[in-house]
Amino acid sequence: MAVSTTWVFAEASEGTVATITLELLTKARELGGTVEAFYGGADADAVAEQLGKFGAAKVYAADPGDSLQGAPVAAAMAAQIESGNKPDLILFGQTYDGRDVAGRLSAKLDKPALTNGIDVSADGDKVTVENAIFGGNTLVKTSYAGDGPFIALFRPKSFAAEEGGSGAAEVVKVDVPDTGLSGQTKVLDRHIEEHSGPKLDEAAVVVSGGRGLGSAEKYDMIEQLAKLLKGAPGASRAIVDAGWVPYAYQVGQTGKVVKPNVYIAAGISGATQHLVGMKGAKNIIAINKDKDAPIFSVADLGVVGDVHKVVPKLIEALQARS
Amino acid sequence: MNVVVCAKQIPDPAAPGELDPNTKTLKREGKLILDDSDAYGVEMGLQLADKAGGGEVTLISMAPNSEVSGLRTALAMGAAKAILVSDDALQGSDSLATAKVLAAAIKRAEPDLVLTATESTDGYTGVLPAQVAELLGWPSITFAKHIEVADGKAKVQRQTEEGFDEVEAPLPAIVSVTAGVVEPRYPSFKGIMAAKNKPVDEVKVTDLGLSNDDVGWAGARQSIDDVSAAPEREAGRLVEDEGEAHQEIIQFLEQLKVL
Repeated sequence: MAVSTTWVFAEASEGTVATITLELLTKARELGGTVEAFYGGADADAVAEQLGKFGAAKVYAADPGDSLQGAPVAAAMAAQIESGNKPDLILFGQTYDGRDVAGRLSAKLDKPALTNGIDVSADGDKVTVENAIFGGNTLVKTSYAGDGPFIALFRPKSFAAEEGGSGAAEVVKVDVPDTGLSGQTKVLDRHIEEHSGPKLDEAAVVVSGGRGLGSAEKYDMIEQLAKLLKGAPGASRAIVDAGWVPYAYQVGQTGKVVKPNVYIAAGISGATQHLVGMKGAKNIIAINKDKDAPIFSVADLGVVGDVHKVVPKLIEALQARS
Repeated sequence: MNVVVCAKQIPDPAAPGELDPNTKTLKREGKLILDDSDAYGVEMGLQLADKAGGGEVTLISMAPNSEVSGLRTALAMGAAKAILVSDDALQGSDSLATAKVLAAAIKRAEPDLVLTATESTDGYTGVLPAQVAELLGWPSITFAKHIEVADGKAKVQRQTEEGFDEVEAPLPAIVSVTAGVVEPRYPSFKGIMAAKNKPVDEVKVTDLGLSNDDVGWAGARQSIDDVSAAPEREAGRLVEDEGEAHQEIIQFLEQLKVL
């Protein structure tokens, strides 16, 4: 292990550190060497306490103000690196802001960014990132050539988050350099969509609906079934694109990655895009009228049948039990 | 208002993907089609130019073998012209090299606004819009679900984990759009006929002021060491519903102690 310093791009919402950040810190500890976090936001002290519990020795904090994180945070990172404070490796989540900061930093430093990672390892000076392609049926290992810092982005839930390390993180406030036009984005307002029940990416049971439902109104039965099982409702990209449900419900490559105990796919054929987001579930139940649907190749229990018949009966039976 | 839309031409995603055993990169030699994800940008660009009361949509694409099939689809939707970067030197290019090529081509087109997808369907790195913006020194807003342009600014609803943010940026800017930002139109017969004669300006890497060493394998600075099959998830039991299959589901949930 020759990684001497790893940075983790830290994300937080309302003072609470994102799960993906804790996952990355846990992995960074495993690589050995010093683990530090780089955070773009105002409430650095509260965030640093949580980051410290997961192994960050130091938290660099750059406040982008009301600008989007991409340009200012990448510029602040680059300024640290240029001043000689250079990590070997920088880990990002494959998230909205993670993509923005990593992309900008990659262009600024003229270093490649390896994306969609599910694992990372170091052997001597060689750092290798593993990712899964073709819906997860093929694994590819890619290593960096040339000098670091090596930039890598990881899919959520690639690592399990565990506390560890010394406990307290030192906060180092760093300036945001002038980013010219690049930094002239302005966040005017934030809208939080209200959600009842467990969060999609944390629920023990996820019930997702797809195009097989036939119409937007039929999504009601997905929500009802999810509620009865104390789970969260999800969706395939097809019905999100069709406008039946908001993007926040989407499970898959472009949406959320879920790893629940039970995943129920109703009226979902199982396109690669979808499988990427749910194949990691412990148990998969699929209901689809096409017996050749790819979803059945990953299902522990596959029901070849009409969702409009099977799901209502299932709901009725569950209601009768409660 | 002039809009550039970055349009990727990809192998049909309905066909199973395949890696070239020698280069370990995605095989892209057959007929390519317009990435579905880019149809949203094309439509959005057309609507914004229309609303502004003038201007046009220029497509920028990087593809092997002078491929234009996907571009013709977008031209048939209404885009005015295209710049195609096709060059053997580009083989093996990663997202940063691609961003360098697209940024150089965008400079030629001098647009007010650049639209991209949030990620391509085949490569899905998701970092390209930010890379292009940084190379151009422009602001970028990614994951747009709604865009308005007025008074030299783009006002965007940007998707977030919890909902969306209202964000604005001065033009020129880059905005990446999610599916669902608009409903893409189907090309009309007239559009398809007209597309055949719309100009496609084909250029090489060096025409854009870049060196061949900036792109392709040389520019990627990474090596693919190993490709292997992932451990297969075993398919389980398949039952045909004859009216009672929901009971099978209940029993399975009981076994798992969910019920």
